[in-house]
Amino acid sequence: MNRYGLTHLKELEAESIYVLREVAAQFERPALLFSGGKDSIVVSQLARKAFFPARIPFPLMHVDTGHNFPEALAYRDEWVEKIGAHLIVAFVQDSIDSGRVVEEKGYNASRNALQTVTLLDAIEEHKIDCAIGGARRDEEKARAKERFFSHRDEFGQWDPKNQRPELWNLFNGRKAMGEHFRVFPISNWTEMDVWQYIYQEQIPIPEIYFTHRRNIIERDGVLYAYSDFLNLRPAEKPVEMQVRFRTVGDMTCTGAVESPASTLEDIIQEVAASRVTERGTRADDKRSEAAMEDRKKQGYF
Amino acid sequence: MGAIDVVEQDTFSSAGYLNMELLRLSTAGSVDDGKSTLIGRLLYDTKSIFEDQYAAIEESSHKRGEDYVNLALLTDGLRAEREQGITIDVAYRYFATPKRKFIIADTPGHIQYTRNMVTGASTANAALILIDARKGVIEQTCRHAIIASVLRIPHLIVCVNKMDLVDWDQKVFEKIKADFEALASKLEGFDLHFIPMSALLGDNVVDDSENMRWYRGLTLLGLLETIYIASDINRTDCRFPVQYVIRPQSAEYHDYRGYAGRIAGGIFRVGQRVNVLPSGLATRIKSIDTLDGSLQQAFAPMSVVITLEDEIDISRGDLIVGDEDLPIVSQDIELTVCWLGARPLQPGGKYAVRHTTRDTRAIVKQIRYKIDISTMEKIEDDITIAANDVARIKIRTTTPLAFDKYNRNRTMGSLILIDEATNVTVGAGMIVSPTQLVTGDVNVADGGTI
Repeated sequence: MNRYGLTHLKELEAESIYVLREVAAQFERPALLFSGGKDSIVVSQLARKAFFPARIPFPLMHVDTGHNFPEALAYRDEWVEKIGAHLIVAFVQDSIDSGRVVEEKGYNASRNALQTVTLLDAIEEHKIDCAIGGARRDEEKARAKERFFSHRDEFGQWDPKNQRPELWNLFNGRKAMGEHFRVFPISNWTEMDVWQYIYQEQIPIPEIYFTHRRNIIERDGVLYAYSDFLNLRPAEKPVEMQVRFRTVGDMTCTGAVESPASTLEDIIQEVAASRVTERGTRADDKRSEAAMEDRKKQGYF
Repeated sequence: MGAIDVVEQDTFSSAGYLNMELLRLSTAGSVDDGKSTLIGRLLYDTKSIFEDQYAAIEESSHKRGEDYVNLALLTDGLRAEREQGITIDVAYRYFATPKRKFIIADTPGHIQYTRNMVTGASTANAALILIDARKGVIEQTCRHAIIASVLRIPHLIVCVNKMDLVDWDQKVFEKIKADFEALASKLEGFDLHFIPMSALLGDNVVDDSENMRWYRGLTLLGLLETIYIASDINRTDCRFPVQYVIRPQSAEYHDYRGYAGRIAGGIFRVGQRVNVLPSGLATRIKSIDTLDGSLQQAFAPMSVVITLEDEIDISRGDLIVGDEDLPIVSQDIELTVCWLGARPLQPGGKYAVRHTTRDTRAIVKQIRYKIDISTMEKIEDDITIAANDVARIKIRTTTPLAFDKYNRNRTMGSLILIDEATNVTVGAGMIVSPTQLVTGDVNVADGGTI
């Protein structure tokens, strides 16, 4: 490495910090969407770095489906306290109770799709003009086309054919009343970069990322965590397996992988060698090949 | 299913991966010259494609009645474009080797999408230009080369593709190379490379070609891994646009006042004498801070917080510079602009301007000429600047800007023009020089006040 060169992780970090500071400078009421998953953890760590020695000048917001991994919830509260951030929680249950959304029925019922309404309502309620997310372009084909600064109309919708050109590092966050932005500071990171960064920075992550014994329901090739939230088919019985999760989401649609990985090094080795993308373990993308594009247009994160 | 398949791996080690460099490249090509196939090939041959992605495109290829797995489908992301069979926006792709991590901005080659090419290429270290060996240098090739030159992409790699369809003929390759060199001689300098290849069959993409033993150069991946990129950043002129003021207002950091930003050029050191623009006040760097500890020096493109010895009123948009090699400060600026807006550039029109972290407004004082991006010729009789046009214009800003010429520093010499009615980014400007407007040089009503 050249004496005045940066490693790719340091360069990605510098870019993401720059983006986060642009958000704080250009918007009045930003919020960082925090799921307790590794990507939003990395974004919140980058936000600490961006504003050090001051605190993060915007709240973290968790859209809570009510179907959380308990480990992820415990982690969330610990991490938020450690970094001294302010947390807002928006409950999907509230949207259900108020009749804004109707709970899905059947064996594949999930609250994942309902989150969109709760998120948009929370954005409105808290007058948030910029929601910061941990989405990465390498995750999925539709995301490969996202800008860092993604403009949403007053219905929260994304128009992929009419995105603002993004030139150099000049991010244009100007908007009309009622419109808002989604900003993705780690757009250019890959799954591998995220893991390497967590390793390099020694950032704590929820336990479910590491191998553990768990009761599992195998359905259509996906290993679901057995929980009260899952509607079992007549023949389905939980089986104890040695698993870990590659993403942290709603319990009803996050698939596990069988894995012995018990340390960050193990996970990195596994990611390096794995032949299935992490979204390959998420049931919500399997509904159709263009599933993500459809949900994004509606305002899904 | 569900279990992760652990395969043999020889390329990965933690230490090696943590020590990689980042290279940004953009691609440009016409509709049928195999650009998506080339990217698919790069991803596939560097084992960056996953089983489920491969299975998805295998199924799509089958549905479309194609004989082989169409690697191009990997990059054709949105449903609309899969249906039309064209790429309609910039898509970003990632792959890594033990030496470097690569970010590909895959941009469409159609004339109406020049804006996307500009978007994709503005931060690139290298541009790939594809030429169909059967067609040679065509108008679109010229356009891509000219835009790459206008954007000052440091390295240009010309991929002469579909060599399998011209019997791997060296003469065809040499002819195209000569034609392109003739074109490039008219453009401002970049480091130029030529590679004969077949993206479909994989020759000279990642693996050496058995069919073209006459070619002694590197494969595309070999070149991407070794191109010298350290000099792509300006290391001499110290430039720090202030992005955000850090005031913790906590007991521990009671009087702390730090300036957050990303270094745009040069190397800053603790104790160094600096000037603050536009005030022109001089002071010294007191500390360079990060969450990971304070630093003795920092350089582009690091994001840091700088504190100064003296209390000076500094806010976002100000510029901290070294006391040598000062930037140019002017309200009258001449620039090359790529027009991106649906409405034509308005002579005498007023636009919001964003330059580094500074927001201001400007009036278009003069449209000097349009540049024919197929021939590089000046067009002076038709100066209607519509979307995808490139022009030389003069603007006057409401407040002076401190800048460098674009060819000296891409960050300090670039700006965007924003339509104040729609808030849309309508122009990408590259600063050529400050201007002195003289009487008679103005072809729009000069009475405009901002």
